Amino acid sequence: MVNLIWVLLTVIGIVFAMFNGTMEQVNEAVFKGGKEAITISFGLISVLVFWLGLMKIAEKAGLLEKLSYMFKPFVSKLFPEVPPDHPAMGYMLSNMMANLFGLGNAATPLGIKAMEQLKALNGNSDKASRSMITFLAINTSSITLIPTTVIAIMMTYGASSPTSIVGPTILVTFISAIGGILIDRIFYYRRKRKG
Amino acid sequence: MGIIGLISLWLIPILIGYILIYGTLKKIPTYETFVEGGKEGITIAFSIIPYLVGMLVAISIFRASGALEFLMNLMKPALTILNIPAEIVPLAFIRPISGTAALGITSDIIATYGPDSFIATLAATMQGSTDTTLYILTVYFGAVGIKKMGDALKVGLLADLVGIIASIIVVTLMFG
Repeated sequence: MVNLIWVLLTVIGIVFAMFNGTMEQVNEAVFKGGKEAITISFGLISVLVFWLGLMKIAEKAGLLEKLSYMFKPFVSKLFPEVPPDHPAMGYMLSNMMANLFGLGNAATPLGIKAMEQLKALNGNSDKASRSMITFLAINTSSITLIPTTVIAIMMTYGASSPTSIVGPTILVTFISAIGGILIDRIFYYRRKRKG
Repeated sequence: MGIIGLISLWLIPILIGYILIYGTLKKIPTYETFVEGGKEGITIAFSIIPYLVGMLVAISIFRASGALEFLMNLMKPALTILNIPAEIVPLAFIRPISGTAALGITSDIIATYGPDSFIATLAATMQGSTDTTLYILTVYFGAVGIKKMGDALKVGLLADLVGIIASIIVVTLMFG
């Protein structure tokens, strides 16, 4: 899918330039775009280093575990099929905590671990279980507290207040998470009715 | 909406202070641990370079040729009725498909319209509050060998749609 979009963007652009007489601008764009990408990547280094460093401290100090424990009663309601003390619950909660702090890369291995446990709970079937779909719905709406990457880009371009997006991001992320959970429930009851 | 501005301002410093004090009380070698974690950040920043270069060059070509403007003008009447800025449409489409591609478009929007513009704020919020459904689905299900996805893709994409609509409404109310 991404492959196709990528090729289409480039090819349509070139063909369009032929008829639009903008070939010169396209030539310029090739070099500008690449340079831009490097500027962004370097702008990201400082923020990524700082937050991943800080989060390592939080992780080692047991803060992520403590937070998971606090959220346990709430998450139990979301996943009625998963026993509260099952390892799947622990992995799912740690994954959500990592996402909460914008640690996408730390979240992925935890998410995979959680899926493994959920699959075991589902008798190792190759079919997605109810809990797996709920877990994915929460993951794709990505509850975020600090959108570190985006703040870094805003800083790179000299935003007057790069952290002003934190508030709206939190609000939107919660709306979409609640939306995702509701949609998941609607689909679940629809499946159940059909048998 | 004043309270949200206040959260934006205070959350990060408070979080930093809390983690550092908590870590110290738990007798964690804070500085060494910080450095250890920070090294991962360098690896990540470098590993996204090829993704960004590829996508930003493609977007730059598409934009410079005039094709993007043509497409946006085509969609404008329908979007105006819904009060949606046309510039955000490419991001809304690509966000569930590719995280790095979306990051490229977000950066491009911020660079083109300026970081303090309404459209940049909207793009940044959309980028920060949604996730790449296709990637998560592929990685999580692929890793443990789930072949029958059931409703997972539909649920994930609809959740994305809620996030996209919510970011347009929230940002319009706060900054519009």
